[in-house]
Amino acid sequence: MQATPHPLPSPTPLAPPRAGEFDARIVSNEPVNAEYRLMTVEVPDGAAEARPGQFFQILCPHSGALQPFFRRPMSIYRIDPAAGQLSFLYKVTGTGTRTMAELEPDATINLFGPLGNGFTLPEDGAPIVLLGRGVGLATMAPLVPFARKAGHAVTAILSARTPELVMSEAEFVDAGANVLAVTDSQGTSAVENVEDMLHGLHAEGRLGALYVCGSNRLMLAAQRVARRLGLFGEAALEQQMACGVGMCFCCVRPFRQGDEIVHRRVCSEGPVFPLLEALEW
Amino acid sequence: MVDLSVDCGGIRLANPVMPASGTFASELADIIELQRLGAFVTKTVTPGKRQGNPTPRVSEVPGGMLNSIGIPSKGVDAFIDETIPLYADYDVPLVVSISADTPDGFADICRRVSVPGVAAVEVNISCPNIEDDGRAFAMRPETTLAVMRKLRQATDLPLWAKLTPNTGEIPAVAQAAEEGGADALVVANTILAMSVDIRTRRASLGRVMGGLSGPAIKPIILRMAYQCVRAVQIPVIGCGGIMTAADALEYLIVGCRAVQVGTATFVHPGAMLTVIDGLEDYCRQNGIDRIADLTGTLSAEAHDASLEWEAIA
Repeated sequence: MQATPHPLPSPTPLAPPRAGEFDARIVSNEPVNAEYRLMTVEVPDGAAEARPGQFFQILCPHSGALQPFFRRPMSIYRIDPAAGQLSFLYKVTGTGTRTMAELEPDATINLFGPLGNGFTLPEDGAPIVLLGRGVGLATMAPLVPFARKAGHAVTAILSARTPELVMSEAEFVDAGANVLAVTDSQGTSAVENVEDMLHGLHAEGRLGALYVCGSNRLMLAAQRVARRLGLFGEAALEQQMACGVGMCFCCVRPFRQGDEIVHRRVCSEGPVFPLLEALEW
Repeated sequence: MVDLSVDCGGIRLANPVMPASGTFASELADIIELQRLGAFVTKTVTPGKRQGNPTPRVSEVPGGMLNSIGIPSKGVDAFIDETIPLYADYDVPLVVSISADTPDGFADICRRVSVPGVAAVEVNISCPNIEDDGRAFAMRPETTLAVMRKLRQATDLPLWAKLTPNTGEIPAVAQAAEEGGADALVVANTILAMSVDIRTRRASLGRVMGGLSGPAIKPIILRMAYQCVRAVQIPVIGCGGIMTAADALEYLIVGCRAVQVGTATFVHPGAMLTVIDGLEDYCRQNGIDRIADLTGTLSAEAHDASLEWEAIA
């Protein structure tokens, strides 16, 4: 098959807003299922201009014996510049997210951001496919309205353990994505099947660029497909962070750069990276 | 108007607050007004390229952080060509932190970073993350003296020796650094420590052991800074767990000339500026015209129990 590579996107036309530390009023903080919660906050002018793929460092409060020390990096789930609001979809797992879950509407929470580099889109209006699993879906969600606004058709493959755990399907659909859900329980989430789906989408003219987040196996599958078809793609990655701005070098991951393996900081050089340069973890 | 300036180890600082090495980079310029800092202290540079340690490199503990970064470095040549010029436009003294494996290696890199634009050299003879089990030159007075003598011959710039809290004889190490030619001491680096994830029974850090920093270590490092102040004539720069101006004031009162703020910046990017503002407020409220006059004013008066109970009640 003849590969038709899409041109690399030009540098982001709008510089992301300068990062700042501020107190935000909590509008709502509700469970969305047994594991995840959605927090919406009011932010000052500018902060709501954050780009999809960027993140905030959230200062989780102390609560009794739970005393988180570091901020918790969270990617932005929903960006609403008109209302001056941002939302974060988070899984309640440890010290920080547990105290975050206790916060009530009208309480304030200290945020630092927006940080990192967001997603970029291909220049040529190519149709894009998003591939995400688990909390990776939260990172992908704001890319849908962003890409639709820029004139790209969007297909989202959402992967989860069971159909009940496919989060945000409505969020993706409402924003204008064609959603394909794959699950472990239905036996549709295996990487071979996902790769077949991607090839099918390509044959239908729906796959011109590929974005992935939240699963090592899906990232490797996306890389194989992108390499085979010569596609532009990006991967949003995670790593434990401390500072969030590139000073501490805690959050490095290995990347392929020519013949070399190099370390890059996920916070300041990412968290969105060229798909083919990211190495598995 | 409070005079916040201090003379510290061969250079004059507009105020006594600077970053701790490894917690500062030019990226911070996008977030805070760097021009307000007393000095810039760079992340430690080594002679050659270093990749650093495996991940996880960081773990949270109550009141602090464990890290095992392992000094990733692009090497001294790239540092001189790319990093030093980043700070050329600021009217703030630039302190370059260096490390090497041997005394001769230390002397060589010290010579090479002694270039225009550098105000002082901080010698990191205390990193717990690059030698076996935290072994470092500053663990013992003899090795400290040997490396400092080599360094002293290598540069005319002020030399600041960064000591380790992992030694049992910090006053003797402090004296050895002074005898070897240090112009100031930075007290101290991180405390060798570890933690375990009981679900996986794995060490939290990829390298198992790492350095503990943050408010959890402040009382220990404050004690060491106090011991060093009493052991040497050269200025002591306090560095350990400073989150607030109150923490910095404790270091100044026990005799430190200046302070370094590190881990706090990871939580509050503006922490250093908050500390500077808080120092000025304290001086104003207490009728102190020059912050330098506060150094070493630890009171030896008998305790007044009623007042102290009030303060913590």
